[in-house]
Amino acid sequence: MTAATRTLDVRHLPPGAFGARSLMWWGTMGIVLIEGTGFALAIAAYFYIGARHPVWPPDGVAPPDLLWGTVNTLVLLASGIPNELAKRAGEHVKLRAVQLWLCVCLAFGAVFNAIRVLEFTTLNVWWDRDSYGSLVWLLLGLHTTHIVTDFFDTVVLTALMFIGPVEEHRFVDVEENAAYWYFVVLAWLPIYGVIYWAPRLT
Amino acid sequence: MAPGDVVQSVLAPAGTPATSIHQLWQVMLWTSAAVFALVMAFIAAACMRSASSPKDPDTPATSERALTRAVASAVTLTVVILVGLLTSSVWTTAAVDAVRAESAVSVHVVGHQWWWEIEYEDAVPSRRVLTANELHVPLHQPIAVKVESRDVIHSFWVPNLQGKQDLIPGMPTAIWVQADRAGRFRGQCAEFCGLQHAKMAFDVVAEPEADFERWLDSLRAPAVQPSNEQERRGLALFETERCARCHTIRGTEANGQVGPDLTHVGSRQTIASGTLLNTPAHRREWITNPQAIKPGNQMPPTPLADDELAALVAYLGTLR
Amino acid sequence: MNELDSEVAQRELERTWAEPIGWRGWTSSIDHKTIGRRYLVTAFSFFLLAGGLAALMRLQLARPGNPLFGPDLYNQIFTTHGMTMMFLFAVPVMQGLGIYFVPLMVGARSIAFPRLVAYSYWMFLFGGLFLYVSFLLNAAPDVGWFSYPPLSESLYTPSKRADVWAQLITFTEVASLAVAVAIITTAFKLRTPGMTLNRVPIFVWTQVVTSFMVLFAMPAVMLASTALILDRLVHTHFYDADQTGDPLLFQHMFWFFGHPEVYIIFIPGTGLVSTIISVFSRRPMFGYLAVVLSLVSTAFMGFGLWVHHMFATGLPRLGASFFTAASIMIAIPTGTQIFCWIATMWSGRLVLKTPMLWVLGFFAIFVAGGLTGVMLAAVPLNTQLHDTFFVVAHFHYVLIGGAVFPLFGAFYYWYPKISGVLLSERLGRWFFGLMFAGFNLTFFPMHVLGLHGMPRRVYTYLPELGWGPLNMTASAGALLMACGVLIFLFDALGLRRTREAAGADPWRAPTFEWATASPPPMGNFAHPPTAGGREPLWEDPPHQPIVVGLATSYREVLVTHVLDAEPDHRQKFPDPSVWPLLTAVATTALFIGSIFSPWAVVWGAVPVFITLTGWFWPKKPNETGTQPWPASRSLPLPNEAPAAGGTL
Repeated sequence: MTAATRTLDVRHLPPGAFGARSLMWWGTMGIVLIEGTGFALAIAAYFYIGARHPVWPPDGVAPPDLLWGTVNTLVLLASGIPNELAKRAGEHVKLRAVQLWLCVCLAFGAVFNAIRVLEFTTLNVWWDRDSYGSLVWLLLGLHTTHIVTDFFDTVVLTALMFIGPVEEHRFVDVEENAAYWYFVVLAWLPIYGVIYWAPRLT
Repeated sequence: MAPGDVVQSVLAPAGTPATSIHQLWQVMLWTSAAVFALVMAFIAAACMRSASSPKDPDTPATSERALTRAVASAVTLTVVILVGLLTSSVWTTAAVDAVRAESAVSVHVVGHQWWWEIEYEDAVPSRRVLTANELHVPLHQPIAVKVESRDVIHSFWVPNLQGKQDLIPGMPTAIWVQADRAGRFRGQCAEFCGLQHAKMAFDVVAEPEADFERWLDSLRAPAVQPSNEQERRGLALFETERCARCHTIRGTEANGQVGPDLTHVGSRQTIASGTLLNTPAHRREWITNPQAIKPGNQMPPTPLADDELAALVAYLGTLR
Repeated sequence: MNELDSEVAQRELERTWAEPIGWRGWTSSIDHKTIGRRYLVTAFSFFLLAGGLAALMRLQLARPGNPLFGPDLYNQIFTTHGMTMMFLFAVPVMQGLGIYFVPLMVGARSIAFPRLVAYSYWMFLFGGLFLYVSFLLNAAPDVGWFSYPPLSESLYTPSKRADVWAQLITFTEVASLAVAVAIITTAFKLRTPGMTLNRVPIFVWTQVVTSFMVLFAMPAVMLASTALILDRLVHTHFYDADQTGDPLLFQHMFWFFGHPEVYIIFIPGTGLVSTIISVFSRRPMFGYLAVVLSLVSTAFMGFGLWVHHMFATGLPRLGASFFTAASIMIAIPTGTQIFCWIATMWSGRLVLKTPMLWVLGFFAIFVAGGLTGVMLAAVPLNTQLHDTFFVVAHFHYVLIGGAVFPLFGAFYYWYPKISGVLLSERLGRWFFGLMFAGFNLTFFPMHVLGLHGMPRRVYTYLPELGWGPLNMTASAGALLMACGVLIFLFDALGLRRTREAAGADPWRAPTFEWATASPPPMGNFAHPPTAGGREPLWEDPPHQPIVVGLATSYREVLVTHVLDAEPDHRQKFPDPSVWPLLTAVATTALFIGSIFSPWAVVWGAVPVFITLTGWFWPKKPNETGTQPWPASRSLPLPNEAPAAGGTL
């Protein structure tokens, strides 16, 4: 190397960053785009088939009971609070607060996964009855895959925050986990609308 | 069909829809050829030009502004040509769609793996004609072909007369066909439908209206009665062997619903959905072992003694 | 200490980025160049397998009534040929080039999410093996590469064949989606300082645009194939008309993916063409902005064309006309690119080496294919030509012309960088000549066959139809292409006695992959370069800064801002790991199990969760050399200004 070579010294830069500056955010947003597209297409399929049938749901089938789906919607929305608090604790690198609020999120997660089972039992149709049944189970099933995996990866993250080793960039993972959690909750709203209200409003 | 007969071709239109489409083909072909030649010419020129340009890489031989103007002109010309082609397409669509009529001969075509069920509709039920694998159409009038499938997706296609239409189970659709030149044509299934997709063809006969009505009348009649001992034996074999379980011959005991109606099978040019010419030898071959000719199709082999086979084959030949 | 001078620091850097060797290397390597090479070799191997299947098809169709193959085997052959080319060759090979070259071209030490990329390779490989093992077990899919119901429903395909189709989709789509996320992140966040968006190489743009298309298109085919498996396995009724389902739902969902899929294959091809034309005309691409905008608009428009695959199904006329218009209008951005390419050649200095020959071949073949595409876009003509050999001709012209020819050009261009030696120009010209002649001999007659009434996917045909001579011609062309490929293999596999060393930059090309050794060292660059222009090696001043200050005792990559590539932060990258392979094995077990029982989804999820946990769980900090976290935050929040110092 000659003395004439100019250099750009980056050693003073921080060893990570939060939000859209972090690579994890980009990975999480990639998942959001992929899964969001999947949900949108499943909803489109529901209306495509529905439009071909003058009576929807087809004769003899009651729409899904409103109770557990609505309760779960409220639980999911409420879980946004510990989720937001966990996210902020992560951004402020406060380990104890992160541990606390992740545990609260897990409690909510256990509840809404359990209620989801009840939702399945009160859909009033089996998946193999006709295309309506198949589509309702598909929509609910797709979303359930997400609340299950989100619950699982929050378990692992929480365990790590207790067991260690905890490095500073793990707090970025806490923030991104919260972002994915938000996606799962928000994606539920249109699906809830389609499963529980579309058959009542048409 | 002799080799060289153009009986299954887009390029030999024999009716109004196919002729309109053929005209669109000509427009697009020559436009494309011209565009292709032009683009290749410019590429060749670019190669020759830049192969001999000055060595200094810093002074491009043509100014950026001139290149920009050239590219912009090319894009504009492209838009103009594409709009022109789009217009031709819309015009042709309208021409093809104009082939329709209020009261028209109406044929119901149902696709099966791997044969064609054909029924000529009529307001009077007793005048409906059920046949298989051969379609006759009167000249110079639109024919409504209503298509549907009983199993998987097939596609009804007679290139000399019209574009294709898919046969989709649960979704009946219709296509208008018109023949303006007499002749025998061939159609073939054009949507992959399983093992014998390749051998699911049908014959189309375009004829003057009088001949068409005569044909339709002959098909309304029940089957020709056997006139000698051999033919009676043939009919008896048909009714007692497995044949009657799948095939119908109206006017006999045989009323199976699984396979093609054979009441007038003797009048058809081909058998096995356009696979074999309808000769005694071919009928013998087909009945003995259909699996050797169309492996995987639904007709099982029927091993018979030589004289039994001859009787059956002769009887079927009389069913005009 | 000035680390530039430190030998110790340099050696430490090489050690830090070194990949393990031997079987540990095979199972735990996460280096993007290693993974990229694996993708290229594996995808090309599938190309050879699919080509072999095509040779069998041409053998069968060479003569009417040929008894060589019965319908059952022939249907498996043509289905597997299509699936292999589309899912196991065309997309993975383009992604493989992206995995290898995008990080190098943007001046980064690594691709983003390297373990995810490693995982994707295993999923791709295992999926392909799954398909070919099925073929050996007489269980290859036989329903066509797009597997329409009701034919692919359990009533008409009672064997596992259609399930193999659906799960191959799942394997390959998971792999492609993972790579797409990695490429987007790399291109936006790991660009070296100075490489503003305006200076990103066109090849990288094509990879980014393609990756976005992958994100939005592949969920559609995942959903379509999942619904098919559900219909077959647990008796849902998405597609069966008897129970209020709709076979056309499948077609809509499949083609919503299927049309973008061909642009996912073609757009990277245009990136290769842009790259080669620029280098071999010795001038920057004319109309950079127009080319990039054309790519983006092609990608958008590509999502609006899918119904042109369904014109024969009896859809309403008005809707069909919209799709005709869109299908014709997409020729405008493509045409714009072609004109910019010609303008670049026109005003450059042509170097007619092998890569450029392939580009010339691309022009002839792709333009012809594009023109037949405009023909097929017209509904009336489509109703005659749909599902005939005319369509077979069209898509081979656009895909082989538009992707495979540029790909072979790119092989000749980049092989020296990957391997350190040049391929033979002489053999390259023979290969090109045989491929060009053989291709046209095989596929041009198919236009005529389609016009003469020959439908697709037929295992035989009657002699009276007169299709024999043209089919024989097509089969002869296949022989020429096979000879060409053999010549290429002879050279690429290193069987020539004397081979010329490549050096760092044999073509005197302008982009960053040529600023490092051939093959590149581990860590890509001893000191990452910065960019002063769009063609750095052609126009950057000799004192253009290099990046210093990244750690050498552990893997560290510089992350920059999206728009202007200003340095933002340093990111620790993972060491080689066996978890991606283990996770792929667990996922494979889940996918294959689920074609036999729905419970496999539940039980199979357990090993997947376990391996994912192992993947995520960190090693002890003193093993990795990072500092423990401080008591208060040092990482900047999203809207905080970056730390001062060190701008260009």
